[in-house]
Amino acid sequence: MTATDRSPVATSSAPGGFVKSVVELDRVVIRLAGDSGDGMQLTGNRFTSETASFGNDLSTLPNFPAEIRAPTGTLPGVSSFQLHFADHDIMTPGDAPDVLVAMNPAALKANLVDLPGGGLLIVDADQFTPRNLAKVGYATNPLEDGSLESWQTVSVPLTSMTLDALADSGLGKKESERSKNMFTLGLLSWMYHRPTEGTIRFLERTFRRKPEIAAANIAAFRAGYNYGETTEAFAVSYEIKPAPMAPGRYRNISGNQALSLGLVAAGQRSGLPIFLGAYPITPASDILHELSKHKAFGVRTFQAEDEIAGVAAAIGASFGGALGITTTSGPGISLKSEAIGLAVMTELPLVVIDVQRGGPSTGLPTKTEQSDLLQAMFGRNGEAPLPVIAPRSPGDCFDAAIEACRIALTYRTPVILLSDGYLANGAEPWPVPAIDALPDLTRAVRFATEPNGEDGEFLPYLRDPETLARPWAIPGTAGMQHRIGGLEKADKTGNISYDAANHDFMVRTRQAKIDGIAASLPPTEVDDPEGPDGEKARVAVIGWGSTYGPIGAACRRIRASGRSVAQIHLRHLNPMPADLGDILRRYDRVVCPEMNLGQLAMLLRAKYLVDVESHTQVRGLPFRASELAAVLQETIDRAAARGNGELQ
Amino acid sequence: MTTAPHRHDLGMPGSPIDAAIAASVVTQGEKQTALKAKDMKTDQEVRWCPGCGDYVILNAVQSFLPSLGIAREDMVIVSGIGCSSRFPYYMNTYGMHSIHGRAPAIATGLAASRPDLSVWVVTGDGDALSIGGNHLIHTLRRNVNLTILLFNNRIYGLTKGQYSPTSEVGKVTKSTPMGSLDHPFNPVSLAIGADATFVGRAMDSDRKGLTDVLRQAAEHQGTSLVEIYQNCNIFNDGAFDLLKDPTTGPMWSIPLVHGEPLVFGPDGASCVVRDEFGGLRIAETNQVDASEIVVHDAHRQDPSYAFALSRLSSQDLRYTPMGVFRSVQKPTYDAMMAEQLHVAATQQPADLDALLAGSDTWTVKA
Repeated sequence: MTATDRSPVATSSAPGGFVKSVVELDRVVIRLAGDSGDGMQLTGNRFTSETASFGNDLSTLPNFPAEIRAPTGTLPGVSSFQLHFADHDIMTPGDAPDVLVAMNPAALKANLVDLPGGGLLIVDADQFTPRNLAKVGYATNPLEDGSLESWQTVSVPLTSMTLDALADSGLGKKESERSKNMFTLGLLSWMYHRPTEGTIRFLERTFRRKPEIAAANIAAFRAGYNYGETTEAFAVSYEIKPAPMAPGRYRNISGNQALSLGLVAAGQRSGLPIFLGAYPITPASDILHELSKHKAFGVRTFQAEDEIAGVAAAIGASFGGALGITTTSGPGISLKSEAIGLAVMTELPLVVIDVQRGGPSTGLPTKTEQSDLLQAMFGRNGEAPLPVIAPRSPGDCFDAAIEACRIALTYRTPVILLSDGYLANGAEPWPVPAIDALPDLTRAVRFATEPNGEDGEFLPYLRDPETLARPWAIPGTAGMQHRIGGLEKADKTGNISYDAANHDFMVRTRQAKIDGIAASLPPTEVDDPEGPDGEKARVAVIGWGSTYGPIGAACRRIRASGRSVAQIHLRHLNPMPADLGDILRRYDRVVCPEMNLGQLAMLLRAKYLVDVESHTQVRGLPFRASELAAVLQETIDRAAARGNGELQ
Repeated sequence: MTTAPHRHDLGMPGSPIDAAIAASVVTQGEKQTALKAKDMKTDQEVRWCPGCGDYVILNAVQSFLPSLGIAREDMVIVSGIGCSSRFPYYMNTYGMHSIHGRAPAIATGLAASRPDLSVWVVTGDGDALSIGGNHLIHTLRRNVNLTILLFNNRIYGLTKGQYSPTSEVGKVTKSTPMGSLDHPFNPVSLAIGADATFVGRAMDSDRKGLTDVLRQAAEHQGTSLVEIYQNCNIFNDGAFDLLKDPTTGPMWSIPLVHGEPLVFGPDGASCVVRDEFGGLRIAETNQVDASEIVVHDAHRQDPSYAFALSRLSSQDLRYTPMGVFRSVQKPTYDAMMAEQLHVAATQQPADLDALLAGSDTWTVKA
């Protein structure tokens, strides 16, 4: 949990003559918590950018309320940002913070429970007023009543020092106070030896039309940094060396950004214009925002009147030869169900991105969950199969987006991509891919230009024998006029057909087309290293989506404890890889952790008759690696005990 | 009329879309725009009830479309659900018989991404005004380049006879045995309220009037809405007889001709004059000064006049204006979208590598 190396590696003399030491750490988890108006997300993002450019590996967990501004100083208004960074490869934003920065009593009260004893707690002393304490039910001031003795508490007057630093800025008190997040960022930047130029450039760029605001923020940022350097309150600063990474060019990227760039790249690699039909919804809106910036790439974004119009317009665009995309979350995917069924029936390419959030109904708009899997699989009337895929990390959203487009274009089908709130807003370093290394999608796009029937007619449902995809003939193509729609189609001609045998055939053919996608998938990767005694794992853990990081981190812990465990993580949820059943049957026990009530486990049990053990949690937050490791350890030890018993 | 549809920049030079169109034209020769009504028909049996008003409209459209000089492959007809929405199957163009109420949204995506096409929506009173009401008003306000034909028979036909959003108050149907309680929409008022740039009304059986309104609608740049009164001879037979009857028709119909005084009825006995609060009212022509009679101006930018015109008629169809209520010019959504793409590409040409790298990268050396 805590750093492995706390030996001072250097000392330096602060300007006041006070000697400060530098301690080297291998990793640290910082949580910034404040009021939703305090700018904690911005502060966290800046610290992340500084950390990324320094070369640490990192993973982030923004956590904020659905209300834009809940009443100031209250528990519902607390917003936090957790950042885990290290000198080595890490997989999660950290189970618990090593450092908690609490900008007010509400932030302290909401987050202290997660800070392990001995952890560093930095609070803004100025905000611990009787009024603010009363708002969250503190009878006495925790800074004075001894209740914080288990932690290394540093009480700093962040607000008043910010005001002092900006006394000559010409700004009023209220405006000056807003810069306290930058003061805090400056202090943390000193504490963790972060580069500062990027933040100064960012502030200049962001407030280029309000130079006085830019100057104030920069002044507060520098004041915080200098305060760290001179104060006796912080005797130690920390160094976390850059993580060894494969050579190459890197950037920091969030899941929603990576997804958006993947869609643009898919457009460029297929040669098709992108058409996004979307209705604003948390946490998917950032994809609409991002794509709307990239018009130069032939990307059209259409903010529709509702979720249904968003997907319907994308279907219309696909009929015209564009790559139609729609993005949504939560209840939005329910609203789109009927139109997705139309895309199944008309067999047009369509990419549906569902950034899952807590449900049902409006649920938890800003919290993560994996509870739309069964809806993605089955949430349409009739037999309406479609491919479902999921990214495993923020950066992986890029590759998943391209894969969704590949399948949609190759097989002429709607594809649902299941991201989630944690992937969408979480960030990590990402190796910038070489364009030439990206999949070439031009082969997936062969518009039909010539009649395919024996009598010189065009048969819009005469399928490709290999993929079972139907021809895609777009308006404007002479001699290929045809009509499609939601009524059952006659095989080959696509005319309306109510024929019983034809319907049976078409239902099975649509299913066979989707099932056949499995043939295009690579073999399932199983991470199954031998144990220290050359022992093979008896237990496998299988997951999908954003649980990859916590499951991976849990597996590392298990292996570090001398046990063996195999990890399987699914990109393709429908169809599943052809070799999956055989793989699962190799293990005595299969554990499936999910942020729902066991949806993948249900599918696996039904499909493969394997006794999958479901481990679930729906708290709106990612799993903690330590909890998963405990579950796995218990399962492994049980399996071992049973195995030994049978041998006797 | 042999003008080809506008060839806009699709925003993706060298896209397979252009290649497909070019390849097909090479195969077939040049784009065929000299067409006849029979060229517009498909081999599909028309399956409306015998005597349905939809047949008349289909024939009128098939006869008139070739005169627009647009190749069949450049036309797309998108429909929703309902009797009228079977229309695309009978037209030898591209078509999509989609889902209930969503045709305007589907057509918006198509027209916005393919401004080179002539996109039509065929819908009915239930499809457009009930389940699809939201899409209709938003499509109209955006002014996407679409022509919407709204077949209004004031009844749900395909579901066998429930009242519709245009049925009159008190209408007795299967779902309203004691009479409907709903106040009906006036589709023309609704469209003008949504600031539609082209709104017209025509009668299924009036081939000349229908064709005239359809032609103007098709030539209009932006969203055109044409309400077509259509008789459902099974569930709402005779709904428009008041206006069709040679005796009563002229008494209760107000023909709209741009630039002409609004005089109607036998011997021009009735006319339209200004009323207080910006409204219009019916007067007896011989009771008013000629200068008081309103001269129809379909090009007024302010929609108040066209709206006032639409309010002359009552739910029992007396004083129903027929023709083009409003036809004004405004930039179209698809053209403006294409323009934004063009401007973006000019300001900062697409560079995928630069996009993926973003503004803050760092390099790890081997």
